[in-house]
Amino acid sequence: MKRRNWFLVAGLLLTGLLAALLLLGLFWTPYDPNAMAAGPKFDPPSLSHWMGTDNFGRDIFSRVLKGAGATASIALATLAIGAACGCLTGALTGYFGGPVDELLMRLNDALTAFPSILLALVVISVLEPGKKANVILALGVVFIPSFARVSRTAFASLRDVNYIKSARLMGASGARILGVHMLPNTAPVLLPALTIGFNNAVLAEASMSFLGIGVTPPDASLGYMLSEAQGMLFAAPWYAGGTGLVIVWMVFGVGLIGEGLRRRDKGAL
Amino acid sequence: MKYVCRRVLAGLVTMLMVSFLTFSAFSLISGDTATAMLGTTATPERLAALRAELGLDRPLPVRYGEWLRDCLRGDLGVSTSYRQPVQELLAPKIRLTLCLSLMSFLLITAVSIPLGVWSAGLRRLEGARTALNQLGMAVPPFFTGILLSWVFGVGLKWFTPGQFPDAGQDLAGAAAYLLFAAVSLSVPRIAMTVRMLRSTVQEELGKDYVRTAIARGNDRGQVLRRHVLKNALSPVITFLAQTMAELVAGSIVVEQVFVIPGLGRMLVTSISNRDYPVVQAIVVILAFWVVLAGTAADLINQRIDPRLRLGGAA
Repeated sequence: MKRRNWFLVAGLLLTGLLAALLLLGLFWTPYDPNAMAAGPKFDPPSLSHWMGTDNFGRDIFSRVLKGAGATASIALATLAIGAACGCLTGALTGYFGGPVDELLMRLNDALTAFPSILLALVVISVLEPGKKANVILALGVVFIPSFARVSRTAFASLRDVNYIKSARLMGASGARILGVHMLPNTAPVLLPALTIGFNNAVLAEASMSFLGIGVTPPDASLGYMLSEAQGMLFAAPWYAGGTGLVIVWMVFGVGLIGEGLRRRDKGAL
Repeated sequence: MKYVCRRVLAGLVTMLMVSFLTFSAFSLISGDTATAMLGTTATPERLAALRAELGLDRPLPVRYGEWLRDCLRGDLGVSTSYRQPVQELLAPKIRLTLCLSLMSFLLITAVSIPLGVWSAGLRRLEGARTALNQLGMAVPPFFTGILLSWVFGVGLKWFTPGQFPDAGQDLAGAAAYLLFAAVSLSVPRIAMTVRMLRSTVQEELGKDYVRTAIARGNDRGQVLRRHVLKNALSPVITFLAQTMAELVAGSIVVEQVFVIPGLGRMLVTSISNRDYPVVQAIVVILAFWVVLAGTAADLINQRIDPRLRLGGAA
């Protein structure tokens, strides 16, 4: 029986559309996002300004495109750091085990107990708030433990499977076993973890820049724009609405993909 | 009893580790503290004098030991930007943040447990409910907060956004204001708890003993309440403890949205001001809270779940 995986389809559609918009935003926006008086001040959404304009008459849709691009790129970079380092530690400790594994996992337990935003705030205050690279580094470091734990479990569960044993008997190197034989088979666990990680990164980045400790202008992200929009809630509620909806869109779309992936693999088992 | 001691001890060790890490992380940058207080134009002599006054010229373990001793006595140091003892500065803020977190915790428990159990037994519209759940998790608390301020503050004028009523004069107003903040803090966590509870209960429902109980003529609802809930409870308690920890962190953002003068706002201001004694104290307090919640959950689980008690170390 083949049932269509609506979660995957809907998630891919939503995310694909947003990604296309963001890519477009890299090269072209309807107006210059920072140009003052691109339209009248506090203009409600209309055909010429899809999300209205703000107190300087800047076009909000153009600003949101740029801001969402910044948020998404920071989240992706964070994910790259967190997932790469986390999976590597997870794979090594999960496959080889030993006292190092014990020690790292105890440390991991202690770290994952802490809310990621709190850890990120500590790291960023030690580094120096306001810089894009520091935000990425802080969030990336914070996301390592959760990936390490997930991938450790996945790799450890494969360690004594027959095809891995036979690969070992045939004299395959550790790197080959981990990369060629195990990694593809951990995908059902790791892919949904990646979608969750991306969403956490988006939300954490948005919270941090909302607090004013993330990236600061000129490369404003969605969170910073939302805090700007909060000040104009009386005069231009569409600013907050548009910005917030794009965050929800981004996280919702990727969340649906994750749900779809989980279901697909559950069906396959 | 042995387990209780061990668990409490483990909690204490975690606390020590965390406080040491925090302390050394902030010590790494404490060279900046002297510069931050005197400005970049200060002469090296004055910087050295201030460092000696603040005790920054001695080795790290010594300073950590002293700091720990002072903390245990209730002396958290002096804020560099307010020139005031940190504990005096933080005491009223802790109370406020605690109120906010407890409020949303009650809200989450009261809403998500019935919702989760109810939705686990339901088969219809499963896809739509899962999608709704994902949507709930996608809405960041600060956006919910802004939406609530717009609808109830700007639109209906039930409260004035950004003006937290003084609890001494207007207790009801302050509580209502906090409730809006608590609601926006709770939405994504409710979605997560419902999801978690649903999958736990469903897993439990698929087990043999449930089939046996139903085959022997028990009512489905009764089996759910009497047998399944009991067995599904312990992961839920662990998850709720995690929620408690997340809430304290989440209140950092929500306090900013609603301009509530709590611990979170203080943390953000202090990070911007580079007021490290305050940041450090807040981080340690929050860490203490996290460890406390985790330990409490483990102890409760151990009490209510005989399997864990008999199994010894679990």
